[in-house]
Amino acid sequence: MAALLLAQEAGARGGSFPSLTAAIVLPALVGVAVALVPRRRQEAIRILGVLGTVATAALTVVIAVQFDRHEAGYQMVSKHPWIKPFGISWHLGVDGISLWLVVLTGLLFPIALLGPKVHKDLKAYTAWLLLLESAMIGAFLSLDLFLFFVFFEVGLVPMYFLIGGWGYANRTYAALKFFVYTLVGSAFLLVGIIVLANLHARSSGALTFDVVELAKTPGIAGSQLLFLAFMVAFAVKVPIFPLHTWLPDAHTEAPTAGSVILAGLMLKLGTYGILRFAIFLFPKAAKELAWLWLTAAVIGMVYGAVVATMQKDLKRLVAYSSVAHLGFIVLGAFAFTRQGMQGSVVQMVNHGISTPALFLLVGWLYERRHTRQISELKGLWKVAPVMGGVFLFVTFSAIGLPGLDGFVGEFLVLVGAYPTAKWWVVVGTTAVILAALYLLWAFQRVFQGEPDEANRHMPDLTMRERAVIAPLLVLILALGVYPKPLLDRIEPSVAKLVEHVQAEGGDTRQEPAILAGPPAEGPTP
Amino acid sequence: MASASLAQAATLNLPHVEYSRFLPILILIGGALGILLLASLVAGRVAQAWWTVLSVATAGAAGGAACWLWIDIQQHGPGTAVDEALRIDGFSVWFTFVICSAVVLFSLTADGYVQRERLGGPEIHVLALLSASGGLLMAYANDLLVLFLGLEILSIALYVMAGFHRRRDESGEAAMKYFVLGAFSSAIFLYGVALTYGATGTTRLDQINRLLTALLASGGNRNLALAGMALMIVGLGFKVAAVPFHTWTPDVYQGSPSPVTGFMAAAAKAAGFAGLLRVLLFGLQPLRDDWRPAIWALAVLTLVAGSVLAIVQTDVKRMLAYSSINHAGYVLVGLHANNADGVAGAQYYLLTYAFTVLGSFAVVSVVARRGDDATSIEDYRGLYARKPLLAVAFAILLAAQAGVPLTTGFLAKFAVIRAATSGDDYSLGIVAMLVTAVAAFYYLRLIVTMFATPEGVDDEHPDSEGSVAVLTRQRAGLRVMPATSAAIAVSVAMTVGAGLWAGPLLDFAKRATIFFPG
Repeated sequence: MAALLLAQEAGARGGSFPSLTAAIVLPALVGVAVALVPRRRQEAIRILGVLGTVATAALTVVIAVQFDRHEAGYQMVSKHPWIKPFGISWHLGVDGISLWLVVLTGLLFPIALLGPKVHKDLKAYTAWLLLLESAMIGAFLSLDLFLFFVFFEVGLVPMYFLIGGWGYANRTYAALKFFVYTLVGSAFLLVGIIVLANLHARSSGALTFDVVELAKTPGIAGSQLLFLAFMVAFAVKVPIFPLHTWLPDAHTEAPTAGSVILAGLMLKLGTYGILRFAIFLFPKAAKELAWLWLTAAVIGMVYGAVVATMQKDLKRLVAYSSVAHLGFIVLGAFAFTRQGMQGSVVQMVNHGISTPALFLLVGWLYERRHTRQISELKGLWKVAPVMGGVFLFVTFSAIGLPGLDGFVGEFLVLVGAYPTAKWWVVVGTTAVILAALYLLWAFQRVFQGEPDEANRHMPDLTMRERAVIAPLLVLILALGVYPKPLLDRIEPSVAKLVEHVQAEGGDTRQEPAILAGPPAEGPTP
Repeated sequence: MASASLAQAATLNLPHVEYSRFLPILILIGGALGILLLASLVAGRVAQAWWTVLSVATAGAAGGAACWLWIDIQQHGPGTAVDEALRIDGFSVWFTFVICSAVVLFSLTADGYVQRERLGGPEIHVLALLSASGGLLMAYANDLLVLFLGLEILSIALYVMAGFHRRRDESGEAAMKYFVLGAFSSAIFLYGVALTYGATGTTRLDQINRLLTALLASGGNRNLALAGMALMIVGLGFKVAAVPFHTWTPDVYQGSPSPVTGFMAAAAKAAGFAGLLRVLLFGLQPLRDDWRPAIWALAVLTLVAGSVLAIVQTDVKRMLAYSSINHAGYVLVGLHANNADGVAGAQYYLLTYAFTVLGSFAVVSVVARRGDDATSIEDYRGLYARKPLLAVAFAILLAAQAGVPLTTGFLAKFAVIRAATSGDDYSLGIVAMLVTAVAAFYYLRLIVTMFATPEGVDDEHPDSEGSVAVLTRQRAGLRVMPATSAAIAVSVAMTVGAGLWAGPLLDFAKRATIFFPG
């Protein structure tokens, strides 16, 4: 079936290579291949897994290279009917909002696969990871709401098994909580999608799940109920306070690879869904209800930061820091200004680099010390200077130190949101300060001081581990110093979305002149 | 004297019987009787597999005849047979496929089961074929009495099948319970038929439809018809296990031989729904404003009670019983929509559910081992380590029932919910989707148990000597017979295949509802 799809597509596009379809199909095929390899052939499984994820990463880079940075609309679109009676099609496309998330997916999976040690059943583990990659890329590329929902939901299954099968002590509970929470959210999303399609069918006579077509349904832009139905699903995924309670459990109990993917990519499905679907389809309702989500986001930022400060478990601390950081992304999205939304997209990518790096480090710490309790770790800088240095570097990125990637996104969000959401920004900025507090304090307790007997013999990062985390460190620095290639490609699509919101939102409030000027190049530190 | 009775016979207006138009029913009955006859001739000298082959061939032939009927309907449009007692349309053809598929999968599963339990012989296949013929009669019925006839043929064979495992007390108990409550519900249904006859003067569905429309137009009293409607809903609600008429389900499902339970959940439920859809959507369509609120309440109760009660079960067969109640709720959602999309959704749901549930019970009957007793959730712990393929297949079938995308289970739920939200009332759609999240819990719990490390096996070193010994011991007694694995393979292939390549079947479901009057 997959081969058929690819062949059909290659034919339809005059022989040019269907990169988007290939990026979705390839990991799934390799995943199936891994499942067919006998369990004893550990090496074959490992090689197959690495080859599959690296090849997919290469494909996503090809997509980024082929991407035309002056084009605001969807590129490399491929569309084939799938379930004709329901008007559902295999409809993919990439634009500035999704491009970097796809590339990030390609980058993080080889890292997740190679980084942590796998203590059992490598075969199933590799197969689940590959299927998860397929679902993630599919969700970021889908332009058909049904297709998006399919990938959105199917991604839960591998993640559920990864947490439930390879996680820590309380894994079964955490996996179930994660699954059921998300499922309740997506229940509303599915009903929302179906109702939207039915409304569209009633006005136009044709049943379709095409996002662009559905956005044209008369009277949809202001539908608050539908907007909320979509938002509930995405808010659980992000997660936005107070729907976040599944996240600390899932993150803490998940194996390192699970945490890396969960924090780096799966949470982004929520914020991506907000930008791509909730705001795009219902701009008027989004504007009217922005106060609600801005408030929730800001509460989440401050609450996440405060709770993170009090954590005794290092992994739980990083998990709560995600709650705080994701609030930033939501704040930027509901600012409805170019810089705010651009910052929101940039921040998705940044958080997808620094938090996975933190989870990797915490995972490696656990592999060595078999504890994540901050109180039991002490003076590790002395025994593992490389790990300490890397940890500090990544911490700085998460805090948003100028010159590193985190600063670019946070700055854009704060500048962009200030004109439209002043007081929320004022409160939200405190979270930046708190982030410095809890992350640096944690660093101080774990890495500084004199190591006690238990910590004296911890080995430093191995060459393999250094090689795995190096790409993330390079990106942290590169995107901090020179974010232009990133911003250039995000800019046109975000500008288009903002225009769409202004036109459909029916709001007379204009962007301040300083922001509505020529496309911002972003801050140059 | 003789000439007088002859004259009387001459005035008796015998209908013209178009045998070819209900050929599938005739094939099933003929096949069943043929197998019985053959069995009496060659008793004990034939391998068990032959009875399975014959039964599968009979059901296959009936399905083939339905294909031929469908082609005929495409060319000449739907029609009636036997003085309009039967209705031959896409709906009948669809349910012929549902029930014949159920017979095929059941016979394949039962093959291994009767050999393992030493219950050999052709009887179980004969009973299934006869029961299926009753189910078809219900789906073809254009007359309430024919519907009742079908209901009885279906049920009486099922009562015997429920008690088929002679040496198990639970099996006998299940048969008794099913029989007493089933007879009771048949009586209630018959009473409903009588009252409807009293209100309209006919038992033919098309005439009931016409007369009720006239009655409502003239502002006449419809109380008698309402009472008849209510009793018929109760009677058929029992067969499809809608809450609050479900109380027999867990006990009967648990006690019956595992393959029979699957057949009950697939075929009996489908037949019950075929009758319910015919009666409400066609015969009692003029009373839609009266029955729709009742079905709404039934659907919500069935969805919620089925899923919530399934959570607390510790026995897999009981859990699947409550899950089958829950599934009935989704079909009721399609029925409540009262439009062509809803019927198509309900039909699609019942066909795909037949495959998932029969596949599931095929797995259950393997894991239950000799004696059919190992059905607690704990018996599934570590199934993946012992029988990886079996566990993966079961996981896929359970995921489909939970409504995971890329399976038919998801599309079925999608179809009925789409029909339910096509109007301005989204309440049922939202309830149905939220219930899906609750239901996912118990399917997942079972899946997790299957993939957990078995008792006594070292998690870190599954290849150590001790672990291998434990596994070998646990593997003993878990034999998957070839026919059973064929049934499971077909179910999984259908569930995933039609989930991916979804267009044709959905399209067929849509076109098979052309009977819908509007």
